[in-house]
Amino acid sequence: MELSAAFLLAIRALARNKLRSSLTMLGIIIGVGAVIAVVGIGQGAAAKAQEQLAALGANMLFVGSGSVNRYGLNVGSGQTKSLILGDARAIARECPSVSRAAPGTGTGQQVVYGNQNWATQINGTEPQYFEVRNWPFASGTSFGEDDVSQAATVAVLGDTVRKYLFGSSNPIGATIRIGTLPFKVVGVLAPKGTSPGSGQDQDDVIFAPLTTVQKKLLGQDWIRWIMVSAVSRDASYIAQRQIESLLRDRHKIRPGDPDDFVVRNLADVADAAAEQGSVMTILLTIVASIALLVGGIGIMNIMLVSVTERTREIGLRLAVGATEEDVRKQFLIEAMFLGLIGGGFGIAFGIVSSLVVSRALEWPILIPPYVVVVAPLFAIAIGTIFGFYPAKKASELNPIEALRYE
Amino acid sequence: MAISNPTIVRSAAKSSSTAPLIEVHGVRKTYQLGETEVHALRGVSVSIAAGDFVAIMGASGSGKSTFMNILGCLDKPTAGQYLLEGIDVSGLTKKDLARIRNQKIGFVFQSFNLLGRTTALENTELPMLYSRVSKKERESRAREALALVGLADRAEHFPAQLSGGQQQRVAIARALANQPSLLLADEPTGNLDSRTAVEIMDIFQRLNAKGLTIVLVTHEPDIAQFAKREIVFRDGHIKRDDVLPSPQVASDVLKTLPTIED
Ligand SMILES: Nc1ncnc2c1ncn2[C@@H]1O[C@H](COP(=O)(O)OP(=O)(O)OP(=O)(O)O)[C@@H](O)[C@H]1O
Ligand SMILES: [Mg+2]
Repeated sequence: MELSAAFLLAIRALARNKLRSSLTMLGIIIGVGAVIAVVGIGQGAAAKAQEQLAALGANMLFVGSGSVNRYGLNVGSGQTKSLILGDARAIARECPSVSRAAPGTGTGQQVVYGNQNWATQINGTEPQYFEVRNWPFASGTSFGEDDVSQAATVAVLGDTVRKYLFGSSNPIGATIRIGTLPFKVVGVLAPKGTSPGSGQDQDDVIFAPLTTVQKKLLGQDWIRWIMVSAVSRDASYIAQRQIESLLRDRHKIRPGDPDDFVVRNLADVADAAAEQGSVMTILLTIVASIALLVGGIGIMNIMLVSVTERTREIGLRLAVGATEEDVRKQFLIEAMFLGLIGGGFGIAFGIVSSLVVSRALEWPILIPPYVVVVAPLFAIAIGTIFGFYPAKKASELNPIEALRYE
Repeated sequence: MAISNPTIVRSAAKSSSTAPLIEVHGVRKTYQLGETEVHALRGVSVSIAAGDFVAIMGASGSGKSTFMNILGCLDKPTAGQYLLEGIDVSGLTKKDLARIRNQKIGFVFQSFNLLGRTTALENTELPMLYSRVSKKERESRAREALALVGLADRAEHFPAQLSGGQQQRVAIARALANQPSLLLADEPTGNLDSRTAVEIMDIFQRLNAKGLTIVLVTHEPDIAQFAKREIVFRDGHIKRDDVLPSPQVASDVLKTLPTIED
């Protein structure tokens, strides 16, 4: 039989039982839709996580004071005096895979402007910090090297602090009070959002020169952390090892003794997040594939019913000269169509649902084009695979018995 | 009824005039039903020339349908030989047999076996779907065949909209669509009233007059009267095989029969 005639035959057979055909397709629609939605949402989530990690800083490593016990827990991080400014300088100078290092310390303080009052974190650091963290300014500029050497009372505001203290008015040049000291606002940072790890608001912060915070707010001369940027993302693991051996050396830690500092590599965090994401995607893909499989079984079921119902028709076709191949083709094409049409609606369903989810969660929408091609092909393949047995059964009917079938 | 077109029936002269159309030698058919063997045919030999019109009679279970299925290449004999147009059918593949059924044989069944929700025209086109006939030619040949059985004006009707006699005529048109050399009809009038049955026989006689070979199974002696030859089966054997010297002419009989309305 010509293919065009066979296609026409299949469409008419399916149209004859519209409700049944659509219910059968529903399984495939849900299956394909689920695959596309899962991949779309998963990719969106991954892209969002990448975006957030990139926002944390470029190839960033965090060095903190304190130690790590053997279970990987921080013991008194930031509470010991093990890190000093010299460590930061040495890291920047002596580790070849490090491009910048910004020392820092911090304290929680009450901040006042006019009648506005806000409790926030005051971080003391040096101007290169903003480069390490890849953090642009919304207005104004960073404090300079001079401000650090002179322990000037100048401040850079995070976006949340700006919002609470200044609302819509311009903070640049204004004087705020941190604790008891007046500070002049020189810059406002662009919003960075919540931290992907802790979910903390990264914009609820004020930056001031390291020396100012050390001397005038804390009365300490050590530092609590160093933000380091590696020359590249790949270099961050090497940089981590260089920093570790340098600091052990400088702190005169004997082999076998634990570190009195912690180095955390953000590439690690990113990799962990990506791995978590991909495990999730794999799980969801399995679930979606099971849905597709169930849809395929639905096709097989309905095709078997159809073959039984049309036994006489099959007998007649065989009697008037249809070959086994003709009959097999007829039922295979029908099953394929169920898969194909179901797949088409499934794509639409999948795209719409991932759009809805992405919009609700404010994730970027990412449906890779290959999914839109592969999923329906898969649906057709499922139709064909699960249609094969019923089609074979139909083609192997004995025409005499089939014609006698009641 | 108008039987208009002379071209659709393949002329008997086309097929080899020396060899008979059908030659059956010692054909047996045994069905295995669990432990027991059912001997449906116990050695049947017969030869049917092209252009013949044979009526097969016999008690129920005597093997008539079994024999027809073998003639129609729907079934293979357990033993013996069947030559169709001189070709030994037993050596052919399933695909070849499908081709023979499609090209050389037309079937008419007791229960019509039309596809519902498919018009008379499309039902008639069915065998041509399985041979390389273009869509256009399919339709024109189907219309021709429908005209031949007097249903030109019913082409777009669905089976449910047709009477039993009309449905059987569509089935005959379908059997003629590929211009077969052999028409096999197993109790084609079994479901029809007597007048309609004679109308069907009239069509058969006209087709036969144009050279189509017809083998027909019937339980009704009245119907067998319209054939040229009568073969009687009993217990899987041929009990009698007679040439009817002067078959009834269906069109004459029709004139004497009252129409249903009378
Ligand atoms: N598929 C089968 N399996 C087993 N036995 C069968 C089968 N088909 C036919 N038979 C047996 O073969 C014998 C001949 O059957 P067949 O159908 O040829 O009879 P028939 O002459 O056509 O009868 P009827 O006039 O009732 O149609 C019967 O005894 C029947 O039971
Ligand atoms: Mg019978």
